[in-house]
Amino acid sequence: MFADYTWAELGSIFAMQGFSGLILFSVLLLMALGLAIIFGQMGVINMAHGEFMILGAYITYLTSNFFSTFLPELFGIYFFIAIIFAFIGTFLLGAFVEWSLIRHLYKRPLDTLLATWGLSLILQQLYRTIFGTREVGVSLPDWMMGSYSLTDAIEIPINGMIVMGITLFITVGVYLFLQKSRKGKQSRAVVQNRAMAGAVGINTASVDRFTFALGCGIAGIAGATFTMIGSTGPTSGQLYIVDTFLVVVFGGAASLLGTVASAFSIGQAQSILEFFLSGSMAKVLTLLVVIVILMLRPQGLFSLKVRR
Amino acid sequence: MYQQKDFVLSVEGLTVSFDGFKAVNDVSFYIEEQEIRVIIGPNGAGKTTILDLICGKTKSTEGSIKFKGKELTKLKEHEIVHAGVGRKFQNPSIYEDLTVFENLELSYPRGKKVFGALTFNRDQEVIDKVNEIAEMIFLEELLLSKASLLSHGQKQWLEIGMLLIQDPELLMLDEPVAGMSVSERKQTAALLQKITKDRSVLVIEHDMHFVEEIADRVTVMHQGKVLSEGSMEHVQSDPKVIEVYLGH
Amino acid sequence: MLQSKFKSLTPRNDVLSFIVLAIVLMVLLPILFDIFRLNLIGKYLTFAFVAIGLVLSWGLGGILSLGQGVFFGIGGYAMAMFLKLEASTPENTAIQSTPGIPDFMDWNQLTALPWFWEPFHSFTFTVVAIIVVPAIFAYIIGAAMFKRRVGGVYFAIITQAIAAIMTILIIGQQGYTGGVNGITDLRTLLGWDIRTDSAKYVLYFVNAFLLLAVLVVAQYIRKSKLGRLLVAMRDSEDRVRFSGYDVSNFKIFIFCIAGIFSSIGGAMFTLQVGFMSPSLIGIVPSIEMVIFAAVGGNLSIIGAVYGALLVNWAKTILSESYPEIWLFAMGALFIAVVMAFPKGLAGLYETYIQPKVDKQLDKWFKKEKAE
Repeated sequence: MFADYTWAELGSIFAMQGFSGLILFSVLLLMALGLAIIFGQMGVINMAHGEFMILGAYITYLTSNFFSTFLPELFGIYFFIAIIFAFIGTFLLGAFVEWSLIRHLYKRPLDTLLATWGLSLILQQLYRTIFGTREVGVSLPDWMMGSYSLTDAIEIPINGMIVMGITLFITVGVYLFLQKSRKGKQSRAVVQNRAMAGAVGINTASVDRFTFALGCGIAGIAGATFTMIGSTGPTSGQLYIVDTFLVVVFGGAASLLGTVASAFSIGQAQSILEFFLSGSMAKVLTLLVVIVILMLRPQGLFSLKVRR
Repeated sequence: MYQQKDFVLSVEGLTVSFDGFKAVNDVSFYIEEQEIRVIIGPNGAGKTTILDLICGKTKSTEGSIKFKGKELTKLKEHEIVHAGVGRKFQNPSIYEDLTVFENLELSYPRGKKVFGALTFNRDQEVIDKVNEIAEMIFLEELLLSKASLLSHGQKQWLEIGMLLIQDPELLMLDEPVAGMSVSERKQTAALLQKITKDRSVLVIEHDMHFVEEIADRVTVMHQGKVLSEGSMEHVQSDPKVIEVYLGH
Repeated sequence: MLQSKFKSLTPRNDVLSFIVLAIVLMVLLPILFDIFRLNLIGKYLTFAFVAIGLVLSWGLGGILSLGQGVFFGIGGYAMAMFLKLEASTPENTAIQSTPGIPDFMDWNQLTALPWFWEPFHSFTFTVVAIIVVPAIFAYIIGAAMFKRRVGGVYFAIITQAIAAIMTILIIGQQGYTGGVNGITDLRTLLGWDIRTDSAKYVLYFVNAFLLLAVLVVAQYIRKSKLGRLLVAMRDSEDRVRFSGYDVSNFKIFIFCIAGIFSSIGGAMFTLQVGFMSPSLIGIVPSIEMVIFAAVGGNLSIIGAVYGALLVNWAKTILSESYPEIWLFAMGALFIAVVMAFPKGLAGLYETYIQPKVDKQLDKWFKKEKAE
């Protein structure tokens, strides 16, 4: 399949596809970060994760409409305010879901899976009732559009760069939060030894609720970010769910670094394959390779050998 | 080579490391036919890990485990069972949703493959054997109750019964009297006396009176290594052992 | 006495509920409904095959597959490929640029039948494939996962991903598979027109009969030692392993059985409904199949049949008249079954109705003895 291209052409193909792979990597990573916390850290399967993302996207849509109607002079910065709203909205919904549903099911992972799937159906229909079946898009301020030419052959879209920037920011933030902050340490303590954490005075129930809500909040940020590169419909969330789970599982569920590495390799592989094969075949091939690797190495890319 | 004939189990240079931490470090010991060996030692000494290694639950990093001259480290768990090693876990692990009868029946040494299990027939032989074992473990009245209804001590007995029905040549028991009342303890001691005839037994136990009562030889472990070995008196007077138990 | 008590492979209640179900399927429903509705019920019942498989693998064995649609699709597509080839005779397809191949291939500029379609000219091969292909496929997945001790949620996620991949693949390769529309316009089975009302009656009864046969097989497995082993594995997998069983083989076996059942259901779907498409394979239909089993009660094979019937019937009614309520209802159903009725319909029956039935039965049997 390489025979038809010269070396120079191949070079720019790989550079361009590599860059679009970087954007895909950012998207995958951003999707997976929230789940890495909820599933990787807490072991909870949240099948409604995609719907939390969509909620973030809809909140962004509403904010954008609000600004363009009432505060057009501030439209240039609305996006950052929308991200904050998206985080708060999904965080609160996450806390509510944890309180009403998840906390009753911590010892029944398969049941959690089914219940959160039910939740995802309800949310989907809710979106459909409120926002209609049509996909909605947001209008971006001028400075976020267009692209930056690196060479004649290589152009870099600005919104892609912003997505990457946000992803980097959130990833570092999550890492620092888990490793350094008091709440983060508590949440890791609860994961590692619930009984002990409770015994030394950590309120495990509130830590659980906070951790789950945080994961949902990050999903909300992801959803808000995606409005820059695509439109949002009531069922968009369902499209993400398989990719998201595979990224987390492939990385080795409990490892944040693994999630990053896995999002990177899946993103790059898919985007480079996409140039040579049809989009669907590239996706099939990538997912298939991921699954075969997972079958051979179920613990994922990164994991510790621990006593079981 | 030839000396192994006398030993049922020979463990040599056994080591396992978890991420660099050696939970069991260069351990060797030998168990003779019909011997009752007790392993004692403080928490985290690697006692349970030794049992895990012998029965195949954990794979060793180095060393060999020979059972009747057969290397166990390369075998899968169920193959080790078929070779004649039975193991009881620390927490009673039984099938709560099944009846006592069904619990015992599942350990009966027939129909262990998929199609064997599909066509398994509950004939008189099975019923007789289950009844015989149930009587031995004081549960003959409870054959038709669900196992979840048993007391803690009865669950321990049931698990021992599940091993007996396999008739293993080496029986490994992890804290068989933990959590038992005084009268249950006495019954268990009597049960062990009865069942340890005709086979070798490897026991982990904390209760020193119980150890004294049943042990032929005692192996003391500390921090993954064998600290001392011999008769109970020998071990008790060993300064190294006293240091470990009383030193801190 | 002891022996007879232990030996009862078929407890009285199981026999009774089986007979009731057989009467409902074979007599009651055909009398009550016209052929249009009955055909619809037949379609619902094809999902019951999947649900029964899920009761065995998930309820009994604790293995939750979110990719049962894949197996449903294997059977469905195998049957559809056979029927499509039979419908695509050179005479029927004379207007195509390449006569004699299925119409969608011609639309996609294919000029010859792909190699993997060739064997589906044979009906025998098709029937064998419906049983064997899902078994092989399930064996490969099962062996890869269970031998490495992967289970629980990981297994669920991976099987779900497989369902997703399968859908993308079928939709993407429309020249070979019929794409998103699936394989449609099926006409005859060995020369017998399956679109007539009389054929639909026959197919309904064949389907119901196969379902009852599958129930008998499932009951045998459930009551065999293998069934008890699966329950035991849920309680304490290590104890089973250290009682001398190779645990993974039993999981692989039950997963294969569930796959075969689903595949039979899929083949019967194609025959009764007249098409097969990726919309029956993907993530959403696969997880809906799980809810059929859950509503019926994930430990009850008979419950699975009622679960499939009830949920699908509700789906038809609601999505016909109040489409916006349907997803809310379905979502609520998932949550309710998990939070409030973990034993499903079967659980409700056992708590509220069975004691009364038992009493009545005891009365009758006593009377008989007295006389």
